[in-house]
Amino acid sequence: MCRKDVRQTEAYFDNSATTKPCAEAAAAAEKAIKEVWGNPSSLHRSGMAADDLLTLSRERISARLNCSPDEIYFTSGGTESNNTALRGAALRLKKQGNKIVSTAVEHPSVYETLSDLEKEGFEVIRLKVDGEGKISEDDLFSAVDEKTVLVSIMAVNNETGSVQPVQAAKRAVARAHSPALIHCDAVQAFGKMPLKPSSLGVDLMSISAHKIHGIKGAGALYIRKGVKIAPLVFGGEQENKLRPGTQAMPAIAAFGAAAKALPDIEKELASAKELRDYMLSLFEKIGGIEINSPADALPFITNISVTGRRSEPMLSFLSEKGVYVSSGSACSKGKRSRVLSEMGLSSERLESPLRISFSRFTTKEEIDCLADALKQGIEYIRPSK
Amino acid sequence: MNEIILVKNGELALKGLNRRNFEDMLIKNMRLRLEGLGTFDFSSQQSTVVVTPHDDVTDMDEAFSRICKVFGIAGLSRAASVEKDMGVILRSTAEYLNDRILSARTFKVNAKRSDKTFPLASPEICAQVGGYILSRYQHLSVDVHNPDLIITVEIRDHAAYIHGNQVKGAGGMPVGSSGRAALLISGGIDSPVAGYMMAKRGLALTAVHFASPPYTSARAEQKVHKLLQKVAAYSGRIVLFTVPFTEIQEQIKDNCPEDLFTLIMRRMMMRISQIIAADQNCGALITGESVGQVASQTMPAIACTQAVCNIPVFRPLIGMDKDEVVAISRKIDTFDISILPYEDCCTVFTPKHPRTKPTVEMVEKAEKVLDIDALVDKAVKGVKMKIIHAYKTDSEDDYE
Repeated sequence: MCRKDVRQTEAYFDNSATTKPCAEAAAAAEKAIKEVWGNPSSLHRSGMAADDLLTLSRERISARLNCSPDEIYFTSGGTESNNTALRGAALRLKKQGNKIVSTAVEHPSVYETLSDLEKEGFEVIRLKVDGEGKISEDDLFSAVDEKTVLVSIMAVNNETGSVQPVQAAKRAVARAHSPALIHCDAVQAFGKMPLKPSSLGVDLMSISAHKIHGIKGAGALYIRKGVKIAPLVFGGEQENKLRPGTQAMPAIAAFGAAAKALPDIEKELASAKELRDYMLSLFEKIGGIEINSPADALPFITNISVTGRRSEPMLSFLSEKGVYVSSGSACSKGKRSRVLSEMGLSSERLESPLRISFSRFTTKEEIDCLADALKQGIEYIRPSK
Repeated sequence: MNEIILVKNGELALKGLNRRNFEDMLIKNMRLRLEGLGTFDFSSQQSTVVVTPHDDVTDMDEAFSRICKVFGIAGLSRAASVEKDMGVILRSTAEYLNDRILSARTFKVNAKRSDKTFPLASPEICAQVGGYILSRYQHLSVDVHNPDLIITVEIRDHAAYIHGNQVKGAGGMPVGSSGRAALLISGGIDSPVAGYMMAKRGLALTAVHFASPPYTSARAEQKVHKLLQKVAAYSGRIVLFTVPFTEIQEQIKDNCPEDLFTLIMRRMMMRISQIIAADQNCGALITGESVGQVASQTMPAIACTQAVCNIPVFRPLIGMDKDEVVAISRKIDTFDISILPYEDCCTVFTPKHPRTKPTVEMVEKAEKVLDIDALVDKAVKGVKMKIIHAYKTDSEDDYE
């Protein structure tokens, strides 16, 4: 449902939840709906045109990951990519071992899939994180052994922006002579930091379209050439039989267009960092705001706690001012963020987290609005006990 | 062959001279509830109301399921209305009830002949229909004591009605027949159930909700709309009044003892609700309180909130266990909405250790510091009104 009373001036800081589709993506989706609407599996010209568009989208995405187009498998989004990668790998390798190594701060689509695999007899090790939300490489080395069949570590945490040492996984697997496949949930990292699966040493990598200004309904799983995982869905030849079903062409075309439209990442990173530092300087002036993200977090994601102001009222207050942030995860009625709890934050800080996430379209003016609204919110909202 | 719905009145039949009124009310309620599904005729014969659609294409599945939720109905069945001719009756019985006959192993036939000019008497009708069905369906046998399927053939003045097993109606009395009351609704599990229960006893509902932005979100209000929409399937349309409550809560928090916060707040809610009730011709308030459920619902605490009320407060859940309330909320389909995790006005500023044995004097003294009249007046002036229909949503209008 879309609300009529949405304010004219809006400052959108919930880009880790979803981003505004860019013009290129919208145009590509429209073309796939109005002109190239055939089934890419059909043998006639209409189908071939759609297949060309599918190939083009695959190439555009692979170019961004510096991989080969045939290593890209389209899915419905990040959650499906994560489910497919984890279940598919575990199923494929279960005869060689039953141990899975991951972290305590994964996104629910990884965390809960692993819990489900636990019920099916896998032993899941969830590495603890430090106060900066990062796992230690030493822990990783001691956790991975020859019985380990899967290692899954996220590139960037969705609540805090903490960057994990994903590249250490390959060394740990090699050192333990483990048959493990390595999966990386890169949904929050894709398009926001340099990302090359082959140099990170991962076999499987999940990405999503609507976090990079594509539209909802498309994602992809990178599967390194030569790696085989078991499919979860059956009944067609599409996506090399790994993900049968007619492809969601409008969303996939938009995904390709959005990937192509991604600007130079190093430059974007630098300007995001500049904006983040500007924002933090404003927060410091306001006072009463604690920063939960580490200093070396991805600058696009900043998690803060506003002393004594619980997330929910602050979020609705900001929303009424046309400033949109998130609390990082559902935290109402005593439900606290698992990620922040794992980082060992005090209970006051766990009551009041806000996640501020930028996109490449975020402006200084928007940050001024945010700081202004936050200041008003702190004055307006009664401190909780 | 036309399909119709036969509605058996509930307690109505017992109500002597008022019967006519109650029946009119029931018909009006059914008419309103069927809005949007086409035109229907309603005619009452003995203690049955016959609902006949004007159109062949009417969605009778939807119409039937809506009438199942109308109070004042003991039982109802979908029936075929056919010409009063024995050949037609036999063929139509097999055709109309084919699916149900195929799903049953045993059956019996009932016949009712109110048109005494019809040439066959009831036992003869039964014998003919029974014989016809047995000859066409080899798998069936007759069981007059405990049949899977009871086929009823009614010979009325204008037509013959054929139907299978009767379904139990929603019971209760027609909404409106007992007057109107104001339901205090928070968003939890209890208040929608309380509203449903009082509507069942014939009360039309007006709803009062207290919102404390930004402590409560727009989502919490949307949740109340969704809950009332479910209740309205039983009670008919509900006018909702949303009261701005932030200032009152802040004032109580700033000026009154913490352990009495909830009680003073509830007294304010009662005062405001009574004003809205008087304005809307409501003769009582309805709450979802149950003794001992939370600190503000102990007997002494209820005495404190009751003390500011000068109209009856109906508390239909007062002696129920939580699991009994949950069972009803599942039945009326409000449970899954109720458990959505949005903060409501009752959980904002909740004290850590509320007083469980307060006295009226204690509370009166504690709230003296507040300018109660001014606060109540301001809140009442800021009330927003919204009409909630069970089957009409404004999502389409909202969509640009």
